[in-house]
Amino acid sequence: MKILVIAEQRQGKWNNTSFETLVAAQQIAAVSSATVSALVIGKGVASLAAELATKNVAEVLLVENDLLDSYTPDGYCAALKQVIESAKPDLVLFPHTYQVRDFAPKLAAMLGKGMVGDCVGFRSEGGKLVFVRQMFQGKTAADVTFTGTAPWFVSFQSGAFRADQLAGHPGGKAPVNVVAVSVNAADIRTKPLDLFKEAKSAVDLTQAPLIVSIGRGIKAPENIAQAEALAKAMGAELAASRPICDEGWLPMERQIGSSGQTVAPKLYLALGISGAIQHVVGMKGARTIVAVNKDQNAPIFEIADYGIVADIFEIMPALTEELQKAKG
Amino acid sequence: MNILVCIKQVPAKDAPLAIAGNWIKESDIGFEMNEPDSYALEEALRLKEKHGGEVIALSLGPERVKQTIKEALAKGADRGIHIADDNFAQLDPLGTAKVIAAAIAKEKVDLVLTGLQSDDHGFGQTGVLLAALLNLPHATLIMQIDVQEAKMKLKRELEAGWFQWIECPLPAVLTIQSGINKVRYATLKGIMAAKKKEIAALTRESLGVTVEPTQKIEKIYVPTKSKKTEFLTGTPKEAAAKLVEKLKFEARVI
Repeated sequence: MKILVIAEQRQGKWNNTSFETLVAAQQIAAVSSATVSALVIGKGVASLAAELATKNVAEVLLVENDLLDSYTPDGYCAALKQVIESAKPDLVLFPHTYQVRDFAPKLAAMLGKGMVGDCVGFRSEGGKLVFVRQMFQGKTAADVTFTGTAPWFVSFQSGAFRADQLAGHPGGKAPVNVVAVSVNAADIRTKPLDLFKEAKSAVDLTQAPLIVSIGRGIKAPENIAQAEALAKAMGAELAASRPICDEGWLPMERQIGSSGQTVAPKLYLALGISGAIQHVVGMKGARTIVAVNKDQNAPIFEIADYGIVADIFEIMPALTEELQKAKG
Repeated sequence: MNILVCIKQVPAKDAPLAIAGNWIKESDIGFEMNEPDSYALEEALRLKEKHGGEVIALSLGPERVKQTIKEALAKGADRGIHIADDNFAQLDPLGTAKVIAAAIAKEKVDLVLTGLQSDDHGFGQTGVLLAALLNLPHATLIMQIDVQEAKMKLKRELEAGWFQWIECPLPAVLTIQSGINKVRYATLKGIMAAKKKEIAALTRESLGVTVEPTQKIEKIYVPTKSKKTEFLTGTPKEAAAKLVEKLKFEARVI
């Protein structure tokens, strides 16, 4: 079996989830006697290909074209379709990034194939690969298998594999093979313009040692004061899951999750947060996780060190009082 | 500007889920409009208010999903399309998109909108696949749409606080990022008006679509825990006191 990992870069910088996906590929290869190749696509990315070649891969494919300088779904799909048709991998792996969500399903469809997206793991059962993904906002896991013939397309969620387990190349360096692709400017229908960040955020949650975070369970903006009081008593920063910021109850800069900030504080106290995957990827690196939720089946408890199954409106004032008492 | 919005009906957020094979028992639980799709619907209604045209709300699923189409009509969509399918949960992302694309191909629309993903299957592929199947340009995770003649200027969300402006010609398919707008409620007048609006009934068969699955959900199950959670019990005061004790002396984080 041949596995091809499509690594992701933007403006010459890696998306580090690419390396986690490479680890996934190495682990799949170990149980299925497969070879792993890695691919980098763009313009002027030969140095990135050289870096990939130091990892334990059979070869690195370097796909360069002037029209691939900036990412477009049309350009990437046109180029990668040609590469997949010539390299003939059985399994094509992607990091589940926003960019991959934007083009990978289309690429698979152009080849008449399907994609299993946002996987958190895999198993090999009797020679058949089973991919595990989440459904119902993380409340259930699903075992998914491919039907039909290769190539199969899979993306892995950020944090599903550990990049520090990436094996280096045993012989020093894998060969880098340039794959020529033809891309027509007329086929690229969208035009990427400026990249930008919104006004620089005043708070840097990534540096906060203690975070109190609120989710849908807070119910109404007027209830946020209770969480603020608790955060103050603890000396913590206040953060939130996406729905709270979507509602405008807290500014976007306080959002934790795949579309917000990724944090790894000493303590993360999740109040009324169910634990949808988009949120969990932003905080699961916290050293200690405490969850308070009235639903004992909420997925947040799967990653919590301490849990309280209760109404947050009863716990918030009680905890504020206990913290003040503890401080003396 | 004629806009077709794809909306899915999903289990209500607080619905207790009982697993049955590779889906859930549908009896005894409530359903609601998939939240990400409600942002797409709202965006469609706003574009219509600004540029004229009509908004068509399309949903694939069993009889129950008509309620969600009616909700869209009550909010201001002009007509609905229901692709009746009791086996929708067994369709893979490509199959789902093939059925919906066949229905869209019968319409003359300038823009197709979807939410970024559904809260049940969570495939997050339908919009992109519709674009591929209908041979339309697309963009995902859109936070702002400015229509300019035959093209749009779009604000696309990237990761870690980054955004990008892109230009996209019309017609096109866009998936809308949650939070792009503030979703409206249906008014009583809207609910009354919706009663007179048409909901066309289609099926896979009437559309002449056959699908061959590329993947199969073997089973779904409650995920195994990656950590052992210590549950703190008692009255709120007792639980809070225990937690402070644990955080201070066991985890030593405060």
